[in-house]
Amino acid sequence: MHANWEIIGREGFTFYGKMSASISHEIKNVLAIINENAGLLSDFTIMAARGVPIEPERIKTISSKIAEQVRRADLICKNMNQFAHSVDDHIKATALDELIAVVIKLSLRFAANRGVHLEHQASATPLSITTSPFLLQNLVWLCLDKAMDLAGEKKNVSIITKDVENGVIIEFKHSGTLREKSGSSFPGEKENTLIRLLEATMEINDQTGEIVLRLPVSIDK
Amino acid sequence: MAEKILLVDDEKDFVETLAERMRTRGMNVSTSTSAKDVLDTVDLESFDAIVLDLQMPDMDGIEALKLIRAKNPNLQVILLTGHATVEKGIEAIKLGALDLLEKPTDIETLTEKIKKASSKKMMLVQEETAGKIKDILGGKGW
Repeated sequence: MHANWEIIGREGFTFYGKMSASISHEIKNVLAIINENAGLLSDFTIMAARGVPIEPERIKTISSKIAEQVRRADLICKNMNQFAHSVDDHIKATALDELIAVVIKLSLRFAANRGVHLEHQASATPLSITTSPFLLQNLVWLCLDKAMDLAGEKKNVSIITKDVENGVIIEFKHSGTLREKSGSSFPGEKENTLIRLLEATMEINDQTGEIVLRLPVSIDK
Repeated sequence: MAEKILLVDDEKDFVETLAERMRTRGMNVSTSTSAKDVLDTVDLESFDAIVLDLQMPDMDGIEALKLIRAKNPNLQVILLTGHATVEKGIEAIKLGALDLLEKPTDIETLTEKIKKASSKKMMLVQEETAGKIKDILGGKGW
């Protein structure tokens, strides 16, 4: 178990750091837009002082652009907050699709950088499992990261959740094949450690381009 | 003469607003939200400076910098980034970037860097022209 936690600790920090860096990058982009709009307002006041007339419509546009960025930053902070609180309880009842939605939102920049489109197909009925939310987020990210790598020409990745007997499954459907680029071992040591700790199983289907995670209803035994 | 600038960032609201502010400061500004498109643009047009975001969806800013400089070593590139680390700064300067600025940036600092870029480009072009004239004169028997 000690070796497991060493791997998980290292991987957990890497995951937390990667997501935190991405979040702060997004916030910086928002701040840059607000900064330029504030600067533009300041330019307008200088021009107005020199007698250049300013159309009220221009001020209205700037104001709505700032408001839009404030909304964007608020959403980023909400996601960050949800992510940060995922370490509060090691094991707890977790709404699966909510957890996946957070990982997807945190991954959007990584997807955009690779030109990949992400789609979440949530289960028709709400799925709740008792698990470690942080470790599951980490494993979902690793699967998603792999699926994005393998997305092929079409660049699509779908994450589908389903209710099954004694558990749930999460399918990562990508538009490529695993063997095509593989060479690397997936699942590797870090994924296998997380799979063990989450009492999960993983199946990889090269033909259909799927990574399938099967999770128990509860690991709180 | 107005500095001719190409501003590249995938955040449309950012490039458009910054471009408007730069225009009011007398600069001739074009914008693009794609690093890949810029590689075609620099084949067709000349710029005093390119202000380029370090992290864009279609191409990494460092990669774009390498390709731009390979096409035209006289082109002056100023990189913008969300987080300017010392390592990234050193890498960018080694690859020929004039500077690396952190977002949100101060327009007066950016304007100052653009003027520096414009002067540097002018000097490089003058040196290149002088070299060509020297070659032509040296090659003739008069």
